[in-house]
Amino acid sequence: MNEHGSQLVTRESRLLRGAETRAGVNDGGWRAMSSRLVPRHEGTRALALAAPLLVLLIVSFGIPIIALLSRAVYDPSISRALPRTAETLRQAATEDPPGDEVFAALEADLKEDQARGTVFEFAKSLNSRLSGARSQVLKTARLLASGTSPSRSELIDAIPFWGEKQTWSTIRGGVHGFTSFYLLSALDLRWGVNGSLDFVPAGEAVFLRVFARTFMVAALVTLATLALGFPLAYLISNLPLARANLVLVLVLLPFWTSILVRTAAWTVLLQKFGLLNDALIALGITSERLELMYSRLGLIIAMTHIQLPFTLLPIYSVMRSISPSQLRAAHSLGARPLTAFRRVYLPQALPGVMAGCLLTFILCLGYYITPALIGGASDQLISNFIANYVNVDLNWEMAAALSFMLLAFTLLLYAAFARFLGLDRFKLV
Amino acid sequence: MRCLRIAVLAMLAETALGLGSGRTALAADELTIMATGGAWQAAQRQAWFEPFAKKTGVKVNEQEYLGDLGKIKAIIETGNVPVDLVTVETATVLQGCDAGILQRLDYAKIADRSKFLPGTALDCGVGLDVYGDVLGYDTMVLKDPPTSVLDIFDTARFPGKRGMRKFPAQNLEWALMADGVPAADVYKVLATPIGIDRAFRKLDSIKKDVVWWDAGAQPPQLLASHEVVMTTAWNGRIQNAVEQDKKPFAIVWKDQIVEYDMISIPKGAKNTDLAYKYLAYISDPEVAAQLGRFIPYGPVRSDATSFVPKDVLPKLPTAPDHMKSYLVGDVEFWGDHGEDLVKRFNAWLAQ
Amino acid sequence: MLLSPYPTLGERLRVGLLWAWCAMVLIYLVTPLLIPIPLSFNSGSFFTFPLAGLSTRWYEVVLGTERWRAAIGNSLIVAFGTTMLATSLGTFAAIGLSSPRFPARQMVMPLLISPLVVPIVVTAVGAYLFYAPLGLASTYGGIILAHTVLASPFVVVTVGASLTGFDRNLMRAAAISGARPALAFFRIMLPLILPGVLSGAAFAFVTSFDEVVVVQFLASADQRTLPLEMFTGLREQLSPAITAAATLMMTLSILLLVVANLLAARARRRMRVLPA
Repeated sequence: MNEHGSQLVTRESRLLRGAETRAGVNDGGWRAMSSRLVPRHEGTRALALAAPLLVLLIVSFGIPIIALLSRAVYDPSISRALPRTAETLRQAATEDPPGDEVFAALEADLKEDQARGTVFEFAKSLNSRLSGARSQVLKTARLLASGTSPSRSELIDAIPFWGEKQTWSTIRGGVHGFTSFYLLSALDLRWGVNGSLDFVPAGEAVFLRVFARTFMVAALVTLATLALGFPLAYLISNLPLARANLVLVLVLLPFWTSILVRTAAWTVLLQKFGLLNDALIALGITSERLELMYSRLGLIIAMTHIQLPFTLLPIYSVMRSISPSQLRAAHSLGARPLTAFRRVYLPQALPGVMAGCLLTFILCLGYYITPALIGGASDQLISNFIANYVNVDLNWEMAAALSFMLLAFTLLLYAAFARFLGLDRFKLV
Repeated sequence: MRCLRIAVLAMLAETALGLGSGRTALAADELTIMATGGAWQAAQRQAWFEPFAKKTGVKVNEQEYLGDLGKIKAIIETGNVPVDLVTVETATVLQGCDAGILQRLDYAKIADRSKFLPGTALDCGVGLDVYGDVLGYDTMVLKDPPTSVLDIFDTARFPGKRGMRKFPAQNLEWALMADGVPAADVYKVLATPIGIDRAFRKLDSIKKDVVWWDAGAQPPQLLASHEVVMTTAWNGRIQNAVEQDKKPFAIVWKDQIVEYDMISIPKGAKNTDLAYKYLAYISDPEVAAQLGRFIPYGPVRSDATSFVPKDVLPKLPTAPDHMKSYLVGDVEFWGDHGEDLVKRFNAWLAQ
Repeated sequence: MLLSPYPTLGERLRVGLLWAWCAMVLIYLVTPLLIPIPLSFNSGSFFTFPLAGLSTRWYEVVLGTERWRAAIGNSLIVAFGTTMLATSLGTFAAIGLSSPRFPARQMVMPLLISPLVVPIVVTAVGAYLFYAPLGLASTYGGIILAHTVLASPFVVVTVGASLTGFDRNLMRAAAISGARPALAFFRIMLPLILPGVLSGAAFAFVTSFDEVVVVQFLASADQRTLPLEMFTGLREQLSPAITAAATLMMTLSILLLVVANLLAARARRRMRVLPA
C-alpha cells in the first residue's frame, strides 16, 4: 500500500468519525451515513468528470446551433434592405397600403438596393415569405432605375402588387428584424390580413403532416427493432462469452458498411424483380410481385435493419451484467418462469431497453438518405425538407425554424415519457 | 501506423498554420476549383484542368462537394473563401445569384456573350456543357417504342411504372406539352395559376404509376432492374449504359428539354483574376469542345460544334436530328417561380 | 444457461422458439450485407442480378487507385480518433452524471440529446461556421472534434444504462480499502460496465465512419473520407467500387474480431493456468 492509499484511508476514517459524531452509526445505518458523507465531494467530483464533454458540447455544438437556430426568429433582411421604409413604417399608422411618405421611402430604398446590387437578395427573402414577390420587386427596381419617380398612385397603377394589403403586412412583419413568420410556417400557420392566425391553404400545408409522419415512422421502427432485438440480445447474453462474441460480430458487421451500400443492397432485395420477390414467388407464398420499393413498408424494413444494432447493443450490455443466478433463485422460490422473468429479469433489463429505444427513435427522426432512395413520394421525412431548405433553396431561416420545431417536439416528448415511465429513475441522462 | 503518424503530423502542421500566421494566403498562381466529383470531374480534369495548368503554369487545386449550395453559402459567411470556381446546376445558379453568394460576372473578361447558346451565359454563371432531359427505355421490354418524351403520360399504350425526377422543373413543362400546350407557350401558361393547376392535374393522371428518382445515377439503374418501363433521364447516363455496359437501352429525343451545367465564381473568391482567366480559356470554341472527348456532353457555343469529334456529335442533345422538337429550360422562369413551385410540388407529392 | 438443469417440456419449447426467432433475426440482419459481395465481382456496373460476368475490376479500382486508398486511410484515422475521444469523454461524463449528487441534471439532458436530434445538415453548417474561423476546417482535428460531438451522446446513453445496475458502494469499499480512484475505476468499475463502454465505442465508430455531411463541409481534398468518395459522383453513377470497398471492410473487420477473440480466449486460458 502506498502513501496515497494510506492518506486516503486516514481521510476516510476521519470522515467516518465525523459522521459518527453527527449522526450516530447505530440508529442511522450505513445508508443514512453515506448520504451525508457523499455531498461534499461527490457533487463537485461528478461535475468535474462530466465537465470536459459538457464544455465541448456547449462550445462547439450548443453555441453555434443556437446562433443558427436564432435565424428562425431573427431575420433582418427586410429592415436592412429597406431602412428608410422600415423607419417610416414604424412611425406611420397601421393602415395598408400606407401613405405617400412610405412610398417615397420605399422608392429611395429600392433605388439604392438596385445600385448596390442587393435588390436580388431582398427580392428573394421577400419571396420566401410571400409567393411571387420576387418578380414584382425586381420589376419595380428596374422601373425605378430607368429614372422615373412615380407617385404612390402611379406606382400602384403600374405594379398593383404595391396596392395589396398582403404585401404591406408582410413587409411590416419584417421591419423589426424579429419575426414569427418562419416558426408559424413550420406549423403550417400564418398571420391573416386582419391579424388573425390562420392555417395556410390545404394545397400548401406540408409540415404538420410531415412531422406526424416522421414521428410515426420513428415509433414503428423503434417497436420493430425492439421486437427483433430484445430476444436476440437475451439469447446472446445467455451464451458463453466466446460464442456470444461471434454472434456480436454479426450484429456489428453492418457498421463497417456504408449506409449507401446498405440502402443499395435493400434496393436490390426489395425491388419488383428483386431477390425477395423472386424468393416469395419461388416458395409459392405470393403469386403477384409485391411493390415493396418506394413504399412505406419497404422504408420501414430498411430503416429497421439499419437501426437494429442501435437498439440491441444497449439492451445486451445491460443484460450481460444481470446475474443468471437471480432467475434461478426465483425459480427455486417457486416463481413460474414467466413470472420470474417479468418480476425479476425485466425490471433490471429495462434501462437497456430504454436506452436502446431512445437512441433508435431519435436517430430515426434524422433519416433522409434512405427515405430519398427507398421511400416513395409520400414517405419523405422532415430531414429531407430541412436538407432541401439548407442546400437548394438557401432558405436557412426556414430550415432553422423546422429544426427548432423538431428539437422542441422531441424534447417535449422525451420529458413526457420521462415523467410517464419514470426514466429519471434509470438515470439514463 | 505510418498513415497515422503522417496524419498527426499533418494535423499539428495545420493547427500551427491556422493559429500562427493567420493562414498564409495562397500563392498568387494557384486556382482552386470545386466540382461534384466522379466521372464528370475526371472528364473536366482531362479536358480542361490539366491543359490549362500546362498552358499557363497555374497550379489547379481540386475540391469536391456534393453539389449542395449550402456549402458555398457557409463558406462565404465565414468570410474566408478557399474556392475560386465552383460548378453548379443551372437551376441553382439563379438561387445563388439572388442570395448573393455567386459573383455577377463581367463578360468582357470572358468571351463575347452573344456567341453562347441562349440561356448559357447567365449573370452569375457560364455554361460548361449541354445535356438533354430525355426519355430512356429498354428495347427488350418495350417492343412498341415510345416516340416522344410525352409518351410517358400515355399509361394506356405503355402500362407499368415510369421514372421521373423528384423535382417540378421539366415535369411541369412536359405535363403542359402533353396537355396540348405548344412548346413556345409553355412558360407563358405556367406563369399563371390556372396553368400551374393544369400541369398538376396532368401529373395527377399518372401519379400512382410514377417512381421518383433523386440522383442522376438512378434512372439507368431503374431500367436495368426492370423497376420501370421507361424513365426520364439525363442523356449522358443512358448513353453510358449503352456504351459501357452494353445495355439494350434507347433514348427518345423528341420533346427533350435542353439544359446546361454551369460554373460560377463564389463571392469573396481570392483569385478572381485567375478564375476569369480560366473561364476565358474554357470558353474558347476549340477548348470548349474538348470535354466531348471524355464524356458525351456538348459545348455551349454554337461555333464550337465544328471542333467536336465526329463520333461524339450524334450523341449530343444539340445534334440536328435531336433538335426537331425541343424546349429550352427557361432559367429566368425558374428563378422567379422555382421556390414556390418546389413547395407546391412537395406538398402535392406528400398528398 | 438458457435451460435450467432439469428443463420441462414447456421450457424446452420456449427456448426452441427463442432460437428460431433469433435465427430469423440474424438472417434478416446479415442477408443485405451479403448482397454487395457478389455484386463486387460483377463485371458490369449495375446493381442487378444475374451478374453480367465475373471480374475483379472494382477491387482494382479500390486497391489500385491512390484516391480510394487515401480515402480508406482518412476514414480510419477520423473514425479511430473520434472513437477514442468520444468513448473516454463520454464514459467519464456518464459516470459523473450517474452520481445522485450531480447538480442540475435536467439541464444536461437536452444538451446531450440535441446533437442526435438536430438534423445533420444543420449541425454541419453550425460546425463549419464555428470551426472555420478557428482554422479547424480542412484539418483532421476539426473533423474528429465535430464527430466527437455527434458520437459522444451515444457513449453517455449506453454507459449510463450500464451504470444503473452498478452498485456504487463497491467504489466506496475500494476507497476504504485504500485504492486510488483511478485504480478503483480500472479494477472495479470498468470491468463491470465494459459491455456498455464497448457498445458506446462501436456507436461512436460507426457515427464517424459512415458520416458524410459534416465531412463534406469540413474536409478539403486532403481529408476526403470513404463516404465522401462514395457520395461524390452520384449524379453520374453509383459506382460498384463501393461494394468492393464494403466487402473489403467487412472481411477486414471479421478477421480483426476473430483474431481479437482468439487472443482473448488464449489470455483467459492462461489466466486460469496461472492465477495471478
